[in-house]
Amino acid sequence: MNAIRGLGRSIGRAWPLFRRSRPGVVGLAILAFFVLLAFAGPFVVGPIDGPGKYPLLLDPSAEHLFGTDRAGRDLFRTFVQSAQVSMIVGIVASALSMVIGATVGIVAGFTGGRTDGGLMRVTDLFYVLPTLVLAVVLTAILGPSMSNVILVIAITSWPGTARIIRAQTLSVRQRAFIARARAYGAGNSRIMLKHVLPNVFSLILANTTLTIGSAIFLETTLSFLGVGVKDTWSWGRMLEESFSAGALTLGKWVWFVPPGLAVVLVIVAFTLMGQAFDEILDPRLRRRDGADRGEAGPDGDLGGEPLGGLLPVAVDQR
Amino acid sequence: MALLEVRDLRVEFGIQDGTVKAVDGVSFDLEPGDSLGLVGESGCGKTTTALAIMGLLPANGRVSSGSIKLNGEELTTLSKKEMRLHRWRDLSIIFQGAMNALNPVQRVGDQVREPILLHEPGVSYKEANRRVSRLFELVGIEPERKKRYPHEFSGGMRQRAMIAMALACNPKIVIGDEPTTALDVMVQAQILELLERLRAELGLAIILITHDLSVVAETCTRALVMYAGQLAETGTTVDLHDRPLHPYTGRLIGSVPDIDGPRDLGAGIPGRPPDLADPPPGCRFNPRCDHAMAVCVERYPEPRSFGAGHAVACHAVDEAGRLRAPRELPVLPSAVAVLEAERRAAEIADAMLAEPVA
Repeated sequence: MNAIRGLGRSIGRAWPLFRRSRPGVVGLAILAFFVLLAFAGPFVVGPIDGPGKYPLLLDPSAEHLFGTDRAGRDLFRTFVQSAQVSMIVGIVASALSMVIGATVGIVAGFTGGRTDGGLMRVTDLFYVLPTLVLAVVLTAILGPSMSNVILVIAITSWPGTARIIRAQTLSVRQRAFIARARAYGAGNSRIMLKHVLPNVFSLILANTTLTIGSAIFLETTLSFLGVGVKDTWSWGRMLEESFSAGALTLGKWVWFVPPGLAVVLVIVAFTLMGQAFDEILDPRLRRRDGADRGEAGPDGDLGGEPLGGLLPVAVDQR
Repeated sequence: MALLEVRDLRVEFGIQDGTVKAVDGVSFDLEPGDSLGLVGESGCGKTTTALAIMGLLPANGRVSSGSIKLNGEELTTLSKKEMRLHRWRDLSIIFQGAMNALNPVQRVGDQVREPILLHEPGVSYKEANRRVSRLFELVGIEPERKKRYPHEFSGGMRQRAMIAMALACNPKIVIGDEPTTALDVMVQAQILELLERLRAELGLAIILITHDLSVVAETCTRALVMYAGQLAETGTTVDLHDRPLHPYTGRLIGSVPDIDGPRDLGAGIPGRPPDLADPPPGCRFNPRCDHAMAVCVERYPEPRSFGAGHAVACHAVDEAGRLRAPRELPVLPSAVAVLEAERRAAEIADAMLAEPVA
């Protein structure tokens, strides 16, 4: 609860900084558009049509903004519905991957010794296996449902997070308040939950924004390769459909350009936001306009607080 | 029976090549309301003694012999779990360096509350919060500040919060490990005043670890001077200051510049503290001592008592409780060298003070 309250507070205090970052605001605007599209859009456009509802392969018109596909579905409707699936898969998968990565990272970094060695070897194993190949194999085994795709993306994308969080935990572990907590009798799990997690939380958050982008991309890739979501539509599946129908040779660009562009834009949005978070969390990357006006403290006046502790501290510098 | 009885405490650390005898035969008693200062140079075993009492020695350290008794109960043989029960409820510690001892992303009040919740499972959150407010008042912070984060506190306030945390479970003994280091002199005085007030109000027994003799003189009734893990001298602060017997105590006090005295750098102590993995034989101070005799190299002088709790471990102190001057003793060549080094250092210092560097 503490971590969540702290997070709310951190976000509240980080907003003024975030607003100053142009890439962050642009990213947020793009993202807001797609979130609206994905979660409000389906109510407006209605469910995806059954095959043969409209004439096949219509060109864009006022009635069918993106035309229709080879089964006679309205492509705009499909596109909007797909947005929801792509976004949900991306967000849920990266949330899951964050939970796995953060848990492994914190436990390994904090416990040290053999546990650390063991967990890190497992992490390395997942790290060196080519993500795409592993994901394709896993979906082929598990079957192409939405929950399986989420699971597969989560399983293949956590190792990077685990390494980053472990590194940060190693540094947090050395700090005096951990020794103090141990002195008054806090056990390992309590220290990890109440003292280590809140200190690495901002890092987890910043990392999540970057992972969501790659999770959406991986989902698209899997669908395009034909091992992704099959029971519903996603941008990746639209791309695959258009590819197998030969949309490119037919000149039906409205079939594949919107989903492709949407994937790119969403990834760009998350990357831009991640960059903004990086700037907020790392004062060295922060633009110095505050300092020029004499608002911020002198450089490096952060009392040696490591990255994880910076969110509230750094914000207070202003 | 004293509240805390430490007898002939020895602590060893296992290192790559051999063992370090960080504490070698330290004994003292502590009664409720006492304030005892542990004094010595860096690395003389002050903090190690405290950690041994708290049962918080690092993994490679262990109490090799001696006893620590709290109200007659032996602490050195307790399991980790049993020790955990005593910690904070009977014994607690104010950590060194308040700047880092608080979690930067947790409210200060929550951090002060944590020991209460951990050690007194019956206490509700509401009750614990009320107690935190009272603790804040006790140490002189407005209770509304509970909801603040450590970076919103000044150094002195953080140290006060650390004290509040140490007092959270109403301990009988509080160990202050350099509680005023890194604070400016004004804040330092306030913190010492606070500790003194708490001692009087709550009947706490306080062990104050410091290398600052003025802090000890101001706050403690008794002090224990340690050198390289061994006891050098113990007694009331008045005795130690006015009538130091051990050459080390004398030199320690002599190295504090006197505000009214001559404008010099103080005598200092030639040489450096010994390597504790391979300490000199006998009295560990002998290589730096201008009173060192053959017997000092042979064996450690058993502490002898000279009334009113004043005890000293030195061969050069005679039966009447008087430190014999070096010229009365068959001193070793090393002691002559120490005297010579000191004379030259004084000359250099004088020369520097006489001709200020441009």
